[in-house]
Amino acid sequence: MENKNSKTIITVVGKDTVGIIAKICTYLSNNHINVLDISQTIVSGFFNMMMIVDLDCSDKPFDEVQKELAQIGEEIGVDVKCQRAEIFEMMHRI
Amino acid sequence: MINIFEVNETNKMVEQENLDVRTITIGISLLDCMDSDLETLNKNIYNKITTVARDLVKVGQEIERDYCIPIVNKRISVTPIAIVGSAACKCPEDYVTIAHTLDDCAKELGINFIGGYSALVSKGMTTYDEYLIRSIPQALAETEFVCSSVNLGSTRCGINMDAVRLMGEIVKETAEYTKENDSLGCAKLVVFCNAPDDNPFMAGAFHGVTEADAIINVGVSGPGVVKTALEKVRGESFEVLCETIKKTAFKVTRVGQLVAKEASKKLGIPFGIIDLSLAPTPAIGDSVAGILEEIGLERAGAPGTTAALALLNDQVKKGGIMASSYVGGLSGAFIPVSEDQGMIDAVTEGALTLEKLEAMTCVCSVGLDMIAVPGKTSAATISGIIADEMAIGMINQKTTAVRLIPVIGKDVGETVEFGGLLGYAPVMPVNNFSCEAFVSRQGRIPAPVHSFKN
Repeated sequence: MENKNSKTIITVVGKDTVGIIAKICTYLSNNHINVLDISQTIVSGFFNMMMIVDLDCSDKPFDEVQKELAQIGEEIGVDVKCQRAEIFEMMHRI
Repeated sequence: MINIFEVNETNKMVEQENLDVRTITIGISLLDCMDSDLETLNKNIYNKITTVARDLVKVGQEIERDYCIPIVNKRISVTPIAIVGSAACKCPEDYVTIAHTLDDCAKELGINFIGGYSALVSKGMTTYDEYLIRSIPQALAETEFVCSSVNLGSTRCGINMDAVRLMGEIVKETAEYTKENDSLGCAKLVVFCNAPDDNPFMAGAFHGVTEADAIINVGVSGPGVVKTALEKVRGESFEVLCETIKKTAFKVTRVGQLVAKEASKKLGIPFGIIDLSLAPTPAIGDSVAGILEEIGLERAGAPGTTAALALLNDQVKKGGIMASSYVGGLSGAFIPVSEDQGMIDAVTEGALTLEKLEAMTCVCSVGLDMIAVPGKTSAATISGIIADEMAIGMINQKTTAVRLIPVIGKDVGETVEFGGLLGYAPVMPVNNFSCEAFVSRQGRIPAPVHSFKN
């Protein structure tokens, strides 16, 4: 699975708690995944974060990262989604 | 850079508003499989389909995973089988063997449907076209995944009334053959006027003879997304209404374009077209009738329905056309009765009749679709309904279709259950005055005057 030139969007939605960003970022750092942008809000009491990351330097394939992040999400009780960025670029940019 | 609100909007469409890609359909030409020996022909067909589409399901699942967008169906369409089998098939039963081969391919590949058990007879019927048509009831009863379609007319050629008359009988016969399952066979059989060569949607998909060796066509969906967008502009002017539909259709179609390009790249098969259709499902909120209600009708079928649908269909096209490099297929709003909860409700409550549905087909992309009628409806009456619909297509230079299900043993007031995406339908009343003498006339209706454009 090629990772080149593929920006990936990670979204985290769930009940706010201590250490969500820390846990996710620790995982990313351990796997050499570079974070390009982070934004975060609270929507009606729910923690809502979006990260744009770069998998180019990671040795793990996309689907593995996707699975492991979802697992971490389960452990801390939030929903973690990992998607290729093109779907958002296609939909929101002409 | 993409922002969090845009990401949330997209994900909300998928998670809450039923946005999905309805189908990735690979069109495969079987012309090079032709042989005068039936066994060789069947073997060639099996080998070609299972080779070309080998990775279809796998690639579909990969795309689903990468973008977190559901791809509901993976399908295949093939060259009209009447042509492919012309040299080998000496009777209708010979054609049935090809239907079995297609069904075996579908099972082997794990796809949802295979279309193209078809004949194109808009002007005349050859002997082998007739064999195929006569084999349809048995073929659909004995197979699970095969879909059949017959093109009966076109703006260029007029309407082949001999074939229309025959199809009335074939629809009835197909219903009889599958009467144990609420005449389900008829849900896999559609007749067309001006059938498109690149339609990815079933039951009418086939790979036209004008097409390349293999091609990827993608059908998008998204009635739920349009409805949700319209909830925010209640009471606003038509300008605002139309702009909202257009922008939403653009976004939905862009997803289809992305999926089509990805599938094309991964499968090594060229991209054909996006069919920008609003295709409903029985899921709550995923309804075209729901959009019509949101536009301002108490129920689909109320006065104003045709105008509202015309507006919707046109704006979907306007928004979608810019979102994709190639648009084709049926492209517009679908109004199947059994597959749309809002339509089912409208029929049950008496708001929507067969005649109003016919009017609606003048301004939208398909025709009388997935409509259950009493099993006692005569073949001639079914032919008459088909002829009406074909005439609408011929005169208005558009595609029209008929997929009626005369449910054997059931009458008005009863309900039939088809299951899955096909949904369920209340049996609708049909006008019982006879058209027997009309459809018994031999020959064809000539091409209309506006077909002479040369």
